[in-house]
Amino acid sequence: MAALLGSSNAYSEIEVNISYLQQEIDQGPVLSNILPEPEDAGLQGAKLAIQDSNTTGRFLKHKYQLQDAISDDPQVLLDKAKAQYEEGIRYFVINADEQTVRKFTDSLGKDALIFNAGSSSNTLRRQVCQPNLFHTMPSRAMLTDALAQWLKAKRLQKIFMITGSTTDDKAYSNSFKRSAKRFGLSIVEEKNWSFDTDLRRTAQSEMPLFTQHRDYDVVFVADERGDFGEYVLYNTWLPRPVVGTQGLTPVAWHRVVEQYGAAQLQSRFQKSANRWMNSKDYSAWAAVRTVAEAVTRTQTNDATTNHGYITSDNFQLAGFKGRKLDFRSWNGQLRQTIPLVHPRSLVSSSPQEGFLHPTNELDTLGFDQKETDCTETRK
Amino acid sequence: MNFKRTLTALAVGSLLASSALYAETAYVSNEKDDTISIIDLDTMTVTDTIDVGERPRGIILSKDNSKLYICASDSDTVQVMDLATNQIIKELPSGEDPEQFALHPNNRHLYISNEDDALVTIVDTETSEVLAQIDVGVEPEGMAVSPDGTMAVNTSETTNMVHWIDTVKHELIDNTLVDQRPRHVEFSKDSKVLWASAEIGATVSVIDTTSRKIIKKITFEIKGVHRDKVQPVGVKLSDDGRYAFVALGPANHVAVVNAKTYEVEDYILVGRRVWHMEFNQDQSLLLATNGISGDVSVIDVSKMKAIKSIKVGRYPWGVAIKP
Repeated sequence: MAALLGSSNAYSEIEVNISYLQQEIDQGPVLSNILPEPEDAGLQGAKLAIQDSNTTGRFLKHKYQLQDAISDDPQVLLDKAKAQYEEGIRYFVINADEQTVRKFTDSLGKDALIFNAGSSSNTLRRQVCQPNLFHTMPSRAMLTDALAQWLKAKRLQKIFMITGSTTDDKAYSNSFKRSAKRFGLSIVEEKNWSFDTDLRRTAQSEMPLFTQHRDYDVVFVADERGDFGEYVLYNTWLPRPVVGTQGLTPVAWHRVVEQYGAAQLQSRFQKSANRWMNSKDYSAWAAVRTVAEAVTRTQTNDATTNHGYITSDNFQLAGFKGRKLDFRSWNGQLRQTIPLVHPRSLVSSSPQEGFLHPTNELDTLGFDQKETDCTETRK
Repeated sequence: MNFKRTLTALAVGSLLASSALYAETAYVSNEKDDTISIIDLDTMTVTDTIDVGERPRGIILSKDNSKLYICASDSDTVQVMDLATNQIIKELPSGEDPEQFALHPNNRHLYISNEDDALVTIVDTETSEVLAQIDVGVEPEGMAVSPDGTMAVNTSETTNMVHWIDTVKHELIDNTLVDQRPRHVEFSKDSKVLWASAEIGATVSVIDTTSRKIIKKITFEIKGVHRDKVQPVGVKLSDDGRYAFVALGPANHVAVVNAKTYEVEDYILVGRRVWHMEFNQDQSLLLATNGISGDVSVIDVSKMKAIKSIKVGRYPWGVAIKP
């Protein structure tokens, strides 16, 4: 090991502890339960980022450790976080729903850096304005903007919308309606899915009737937990593509992403987790890598210094998305491209060519500076 | 009649003479086709396409130009192609997922970066023996051995470092932190400076090889191209010490940098996602691989312009030129 150090002896030893807290969320019974989401979605991404960071760290005498906990009870996670904060931990990666994320920002000290790596809630990006809250998971607005840009580019303008019954489904639908308005798509029909029949047997007869309409270019589905959405494909009244939570889907990450060196991240993840990397894994990976990147450059574990670095113009994260990633100053959201995928292939990546922005094309996805209430508080 | 025959003979003679003079051959690895395209630089056409191992990326010539070494990344091997017959005559143990490599001036020791394993493997090309494996950062990529043979360097894309390796002891001696996603490294002819490109950082660092400290960071700005699309990858230095050429990836341009003042003097428009480059022998031409457009741009160095593009296979990656 002595040989490893050389003139990097100038670096002093730093130990960085990062907390990863994951809320298990019961999705309720779903029809399409053949390929469930892995229970450690998120955790494995954080673990890989720790490995990646330690490989870098050993040349600088930096050591990264993950302290992880998973529970279905938000209070357990919150108590854990408070205890960790007391012990001196200042970096928290949270994979939980909107309500739980809010509790964390309310109860941890202002010098803790909190990374939301689980919730896509638009509210968290518009109205929750703690300057120590960052989001590595894309907001629903980013996802639906990415999709709407593609629809516009493909001239698929007339949308038939189907929305599931959960609050999340409605949030996804509302987000898409905002995107449709923003990019000039027209919604020709809106329907709510509230049936409780076993579609596995009857989709072929029920779905065509449900999607009966004079004309539409595409069917949009909001079914985040995957209850009925898979049965819409190939069963629509008119033979049209399906987009949204099923069919062509906007994601933070997926196995089919392999450009820009992503193939290497995919194969490292496969080797370490023995499964495919998904959006939650990617978001947790990006959060841990953000902390490590700051420590590498600032040469300190001091959270306030690193907070300053992460929000500075110097910060850049190599996130295998073809360009450097950084955080929006107005709401702490990680700017990123959004892959549009189907289960076996990458179809496109947004922002689409031609969607321009005065400062950064990535800001055509999600809430721009003027669309959040937080601009002042975060300064 | 006689006159005509003499003319023909003359014409044939001069053709032979010119092909003897200029019959340089370029080899291009096609990452997504598992092939090597062979280009006659006299006619600037592809004369042959050879099947090789899976996902060929880095390619280099032996110092005597008799062999071509090919990193077949997904086959986890370095293949050796005999250039007299264009046959693969040997496979060298390379460690997993070899991506780029560099040959020591002794023409024997091959330094290979193993992208998936965070290792540099040193192989003796004659005995096929692995001499050493050295731990480096995550996703090792660029490799170079100094022309004086004393040091080897490797870049790691996710660790963002240049790792310095002692070529006698085969040990890591130092690390220099550079910008995000360092890709390629080139030594100056006198081994005194090292040029290292950073793809996502959008810079090229010029590093003093004695102090191993950065002496200059070069940035790029092309009118009409968003700065995030400026992603430096390949670097090539001209032997006369005047120029550094930097391939800027999805910016679809090659930057011409004054190697003394470090000022960017020009940007040459080439194909899409320009990756790696190589000079012909007299350095009048520079060939650049364009991954997305699937071709090779031929740059006339005196005019600083791309004069031709030659269609090759899918995702051309590396290029080597035999005089």
